[in-house]
Amino acid sequence: MSQEPRLVQGNEACAEGAIYAGMRFYAGYPITPSTEIAEILAKRLPQVGGKFIQMEDEIASMAAVIGASLTGAKSMTATSGPGFSLKQENIGYASMAEIPCVIVNVQRLGPSTGVATAPAQGDVMQARWGTHGDHPAIVVSPSSVRETFDLTVRAFNLAEKFRVPVIILMDEVVGHMREKVTLPEPGDLPIFNRVKPDCDRESYYPYRAQENEAPPMALFGEGYRFHVTGLFHDESGFATEKPDIVARQLRRLHHKISYNLDQVISYESQQTENAELVVIAYGGTYRAVARAVKLARAAGLKVGTFRPQTIWPFPEEAVSSLAQAGKKLLVVEMNYGQLLLEVQRVAGGRCGVYSCLQADGELTKPETILNKIREVY
Amino acid sequence: MLPEIEQYFRLEKLPHMWCPGCGNGIILHCLVKAIDKLCLDQDQTSIVSGIGCAARASGYLDFDTLHTTHGRALAFATGVKLAKPELNVFVLTGDGDCTAIGGNHFIHAARRNINLTTIVFNNNIYGMTGGQYSPMTPNASRATTSPYGNLERPFNLAELAIAAGATFVGRASTYHTKLLTDLIIEGYRNKGFSLIEVITHCPTSFGRQNKMGSPADMLKWQRDHGVTALRYDNLTPEERVGKFVVGVLHKDEAPEYTAEYQKLVEKFLGR
Repeated sequence: MSQEPRLVQGNEACAEGAIYAGMRFYAGYPITPSTEIAEILAKRLPQVGGKFIQMEDEIASMAAVIGASLTGAKSMTATSGPGFSLKQENIGYASMAEIPCVIVNVQRLGPSTGVATAPAQGDVMQARWGTHGDHPAIVVSPSSVRETFDLTVRAFNLAEKFRVPVIILMDEVVGHMREKVTLPEPGDLPIFNRVKPDCDRESYYPYRAQENEAPPMALFGEGYRFHVTGLFHDESGFATEKPDIVARQLRRLHHKISYNLDQVISYESQQTENAELVVIAYGGTYRAVARAVKLARAAGLKVGTFRPQTIWPFPEEAVSSLAQAGKKLLVVEMNYGQLLLEVQRVAGGRCGVYSCLQADGELTKPETILNKIREVY
Repeated sequence: MLPEIEQYFRLEKLPHMWCPGCGNGIILHCLVKAIDKLCLDQDQTSIVSGIGCAARASGYLDFDTLHTTHGRALAFATGVKLAKPELNVFVLTGDGDCTAIGGNHFIHAARRNINLTTIVFNNNIYGMTGGQYSPMTPNASRATTSPYGNLERPFNLAELAIAAGATFVGRASTYHTKLLTDLIIEGYRNKGFSLIEVITHCPTSFGRQNKMGSPADMLKWQRDHGVTALRYDNLTPEERVGKFVVGVLHKDEAPEYTAEYQKLVEKFLGR
């Protein structure tokens, strides 16, 4: 028996999706336009036996999320641009120490305090390279309320499977939008829980794994008495500076994602086969693109859409084949050209790459996009 | 090493990397003695540390150990403790770690009265980075970043903790080892946030710059300058200069955060 359709906000779908995925620990610091996620979870988590805490700052929130995850709780925090910047050091820690967790960034217009309630997509590169060092990143970006729910569940599954911090890169449009949706019943969506060691304490190496996988994860309080650090470490978890071990660890951090791209990457494309021009967009911007493309098709223009749900790793193969087929690519985003760089890189000069960029706190209008389509078609 | 405390160390990680004469080993000894006297389940005990000399202690101890980012030990520990309140959580942090970059986490952990036993290794200096002044470096003391004497005034960490709401505050030094062990035991038994400040000697980075002599001389300095509250009260203002009070400085009762949250959860779960 499915649930009744109801009017749900994007931020609410994120909170409910997290609970559906089994999230039972949230630590955060209030910041617009992400606050509803915290407010809803403050109410909901104790109802399902989970814990909510409003920490003293963004850095502490990210730290608490990592600490909680080590005890076995699926953990999450939510923030917006300035707060996301503050979390970066500990996001790097989660990446290094392989602690599963989910970080939601409902983007706002920046730089700096910017415009608190204005939609923007300026954190694409921050989500990829915000923390120091060379690390992999998994970043998903939903375009609708229902998809926010589904991608939040997926973010937890990826975090738990690969033992990584996963970033949900939303924007104000999706976060604050309300849509009539039917949320899934328990069992409708797959839930992945982290793999735990099946050996005894003496034979447990907390970071022993094949090159393309995450190691099984023991939890604090289970008797394994293991060590966790943000320093480069060997299989035993203890710090090392030996170049071969350092190199192997960093390689594995990358390979556990790059060797499993088929499990990580997801995207949606429409009417690309017979298209002369493919419009690439993600998040809230895609909604205006969908309208513009519909108008373009009605006017006889052969236009399709490509929408990455995982921004990082970028769906390189799929975009590459569009470039190979010689289709013109038009990137629409609410910034001065961030994912555009990636599309240009992948296209490698094999096709025309154009852009429709806007960063003024307004959602790009379908007419603006349609005009651009006509211009470059 | 005494046989009765061997079980608490990862012996294969020793010898430690601290400088000859460092006081940190003394604090670790007192910590594991306290844990032994408390008969804590080693598998149910976590040690969380930040960054710096003191923070490296977690690697030597045979528990679930978490070596975190600079200043954030208490924030990580808050996540561990709130998510799994049945764990015993000790936080080991240095004066630079805890009072500068981690200052905000410190006052808020105290305010929440979350059940963490926090031991601050106060050696008055940033040791691992090579002797820069910390918020606990005494005024006029030398550090590599205060070559003309420290112009800043130090925190009184214990008073800060009390003002912020900590329900147990004690101070000892690496000279006062029996007292330190007792304070850790009492701090652990307190249902709430406990601070144990330990004045420890850093002969390499602090002592050398301030001409405090050998490690033994620095221990003697602690002996001569650390006084009990009762004795301190009887000293004249002149005699008090340079002295620090050791012992239990504050005890109070207040609702403990994780227990309060658990009550809320249980209300919803209908227990």
